[in-house]
Amino acid sequence: MRSKVVLGRLLRNRQARYGGIALLLLIALAYIGPYLGAYDWTDKDFLAFLSPPDADHWWGTTSIGQDMYAVTLRGMQKSIVIGLLVALFATGLAALVGAFAGYFGGWVDKLLMWGVDLLLVLPSFLIIAIISPRLRGASWLWFVVLLAAFAWMITSRVVRSMTLSLREREYVQAALYMGIPRWKIILRHIVPNLSSLLIIDATLNVSGAVIGEAALSFFGFGIQPPDVSLGTLIAEGARNATGYPWLFAFPAGLLVLLVLAINLIGDGLRDALDPGSNS
Amino acid sequence: MSILEVRDLTVTFPGGIQAVRGVSYDVAQGEVLGIVGESGSGKSVTSLAIMGLLPQNAVVSGSVKLHGQELLGMDEGELTRVRGKAISMIFQDPLSAFTPVYTIGDQIAEAVRVHQKVGKDKAAKRAVELLDLVGIPHPDVRAKAFPHEFSGGMRQRAMIAMAIANDPDLLICDEPTTALDVTIQAQVLEVLKTAQAETGAGIVMITHDLGVIAGMADRVLVMYAGRPVEQGVVDDIYYRPRMPYTMGLLASIPRVDGEQDTLVPIEGNPPSPAALPPGCPFAPRCPMHIDACDDEEPPLTQIGGGRYVACIRSREIEHKGMTGADVFPVPVIPPSDVARVPREERETVLELDNLVRHYPLMKGAVFKRRVGTVHAVDGITFDIAEGETLALVGESGCGKTTTLQQIMQLTPPQSGRVVVLGKDSSKLDKAARKALRGDLQIVFQDPMAALDPRMPVGDIIAEPLRAHGRKNVPQRVAELLTLVGLAPEHAERYPQQFSGGQRQRIGIARALALEPKLIVLDEPVSALDVSIQAGVINLLEELKNRLGLSYLFVAHDLAVVRHLADRVAVMYLGRIAEIGAVENVYDRPAHPYTQALLSAIPLPDPEMERSRKRILLEGDLPSPADPPSGCRFRTRCPKFARLSEAEKRRCVDEEPSVARLARAKDHGAACHYAEEIEVITASEHQEEQ
Ligand code: SF4
Ligand code: SF4
Repeated sequence: MRSKVVLGRLLRNRQARYGGIALLLLIALAYIGPYLGAYDWTDKDFLAFLSPPDADHWWGTTSIGQDMYAVTLRGMQKSIVIGLLVALFATGLAALVGAFAGYFGGWVDKLLMWGVDLLLVLPSFLIIAIISPRLRGASWLWFVVLLAAFAWMITSRVVRSMTLSLREREYVQAALYMGIPRWKIILRHIVPNLSSLLIIDATLNVSGAVIGEAALSFFGFGIQPPDVSLGTLIAEGARNATGYPWLFAFPAGLLVLLVLAINLIGDGLRDALDPGSNS
Repeated sequence: MSILEVRDLTVTFPGGIQAVRGVSYDVAQGEVLGIVGESGSGKSVTSLAIMGLLPQNAVVSGSVKLHGQELLGMDEGELTRVRGKAISMIFQDPLSAFTPVYTIGDQIAEAVRVHQKVGKDKAAKRAVELLDLVGIPHPDVRAKAFPHEFSGGMRQRAMIAMAIANDPDLLICDEPTTALDVTIQAQVLEVLKTAQAETGAGIVMITHDLGVIAGMADRVLVMYAGRPVEQGVVDDIYYRPRMPYTMGLLASIPRVDGEQDTLVPIEGNPPSPAALPPGCPFAPRCPMHIDACDDEEPPLTQIGGGRYVACIRSREIEHKGMTGADVFPVPVIPPSDVARVPREERETVLELDNLVRHYPLMKGAVFKRRVGTVHAVDGITFDIAEGETLALVGESGCGKTTTLQQIMQLTPPQSGRVVVLGKDSSKLDKAARKALRGDLQIVFQDPMAALDPRMPVGDIIAEPLRAHGRKNVPQRVAELLTLVGLAPEHAERYPQQFSGGQRQRIGIARALALEPKLIVLDEPVSALDVSIQAGVINLLEELKNRLGLSYLFVAHDLAVVRHLADRVAVMYLGRIAEIGAVENVYDRPAHPYTQALLSAIPLPDPEMERSRKRILLEGDLPSPADPPSGCRFRTRCPKFARLSEAEKRRCVDEEPSVARLARAKDHGAACHYAEEIEVITASEHQEEQ
């Protein structure tokens, strides 16, 4: 019943519809777009270094003559997947750990929060420095896991404290008196009532992951040259943003569009999940 | 001479929402005007508008004259001078009226000094006098206490003391006793009467409780959807109501003297101020509705000496001498089959045997140490037979909620036994406990808090069904919704989209889903308006009879209990003071506490209220962390005070346990000197006889 009602409300929600269309268009651009361009992302045009956008190179070229259009779209393919997956993992983990800790209390709470605090105080780059040599050459999924692993702790603390107050609500007690297992109560009654917070967190995590991934690439981990991602492109383009704006503007613009689309979907989802809003 | 004249007062909130739509009344010196209405009727907004306390964005029009001086549009400085001097207000929640960081005495003295030119010492002395006047023991010591150190009843008294500090001409009391327990309410109402006698002020008494109004008011104004619909002398309104809404309201309140059989509910809900019906605002719920009612809103017209009614059919009602029961359809509730079998032969569904629940009292933020024990429940014993309703009543802090939690948890108690349907809770394994949960369900007090706001109603009701692996869930949900008087289409809506009464029905539907044998009702109607309350009470009664349910009904409202329960157990400080069949306990209470409790409940009957004699209790409930030795009630017991020294010794030394009274079959009291007397209708007159 709930999924049906929420889905219906989501489809009727205008923001969610626009956001969804925008996201679909961006995905289409990332995966179909490269076939429309004249160049492949590995091609180097030795006649045009750092040329501004023109009819031949639609979005200009890089300092080594790569076609920006092809390169940016190539980067976006990775970034969309990484951004969405990291957001999903990080927020999901935060919700589960926080809600379980808050709901069960006692030693479960102590243990989980001890883990959270440990991850918070340990400098993340230290861990990455230790882990990265072992994972070199491993699947990029590991990379997603690592990114997500450092993005969930603070949210989970917030979730925990909100759960502490939700736990006392009568409907949570009512569920217990109905004989519903505790883990189900958490998934069914606690997490949905935190959805506003979780959705905001997830949308923030998308952009955080895309940018954060560039930082990780610094450690020689994740997306390695010559392969690219939106993050690495933005990081590189930012250095010359005033001299050669097209190196920065296109990847950054696409990231903004991506985040906007995700935000719209998030807002729509929040409204659809929140019965108080009349959409 | 009227002190306050209100003419055509309207209040409009942003968005064109008219909360008050033309209220006019007068209050004379020494007169008490009662304003009754349900939540959202605009009764509180009216008084806030008079005091000039509404938020800036509310548009107020009309006229409010105090001693002929217009208050609306007066500048803030002048208004402040009037407020607290000529008019004072008493709120429902006294805690918000005091600043937590100053002592009560200082704040009252401050109130005196703001409006009168007196020295500090004199003001402080006056504060102590005032506290004495409102019956605060050791006023000189208590004046130095901070607001949070006062109990709810004491705070309300202090608030009254502050309100009368400057001899106001008019007191506006907004639900002054709603948050208080009955015995405390009786005390506070008494104080209000004293305060009025002392100051000779006019009082505007706003409340939803028709019993309180009956005892206090000279005249009554009934409000509905932002307008007065009937106004008149208190006896006229109560005995000869002429507007269907008033009639329905009076017929829908349960009475503690058990005067009526079935409650008459008013169907439907009050209209939202944003979407008023075209004609009479009561039309959608009015059984006397005719086409002409929708033409225009009937104005409040005078029908003889000081009576005003807003109904086009009032003359007809007058003529035929109709009452609420004539106008509103009286629901027929099928009798119960189980009840015909004698109680001893029925199965026992719940048995508590000497149940104890103590909590450690901890102190300290970092290193917690135990500083005492809260005796929340201290050895209670009762049982419930099949098809029976046992009510557990008592004031806040008496341990009824703890008892209920102990039963619902189905875990081994600290001491004693809980036996549900023949199964001892200390011998249950996980599977047996889950199975038993299907037979034991609960309906909570606050229907908003008890339903997950993020779940459609269909899922809420389906939840227990799915958890216990039942088949045909959607069909059963539709059945349940129909059973509690809602439509199956409602399953897709969220709880917010329902009114309070409907939400409570959803809560009941969920409790019924697994076809339980015993339902625990935790104050199921106390959060609802009177007209809605009646419908839910009737539903509970009907379901019980039809489905052969048993109820454990936890409540503080003794009038509702009389209506719904077969047996009643009165709790005081974690122990049962009196237990027995409802007729026995209500008509011939034997424990001094029950007697006080029953006599404190106001009756919606002005004549009776005027002649009734009240047994007033002294002081507040002692802390359950430190109950008195011997009889726990002795610190407040009116009987104890009248006993001889030798008899008193027994109360102090020996804790009474529930003993069956000789004359009745089902009636017991925990008092060494139990003696049955009649208190509900007791009057001075009877006393003399
Ligand atoms: S005017 Fe009509 S609808 Fe309104 S109360 Fe009178 S009879 Fe009922
Ligand atoms: S035992 Fe004594 S103190 Fe207790 S209720 Fe009876 S008379 Fe009062």
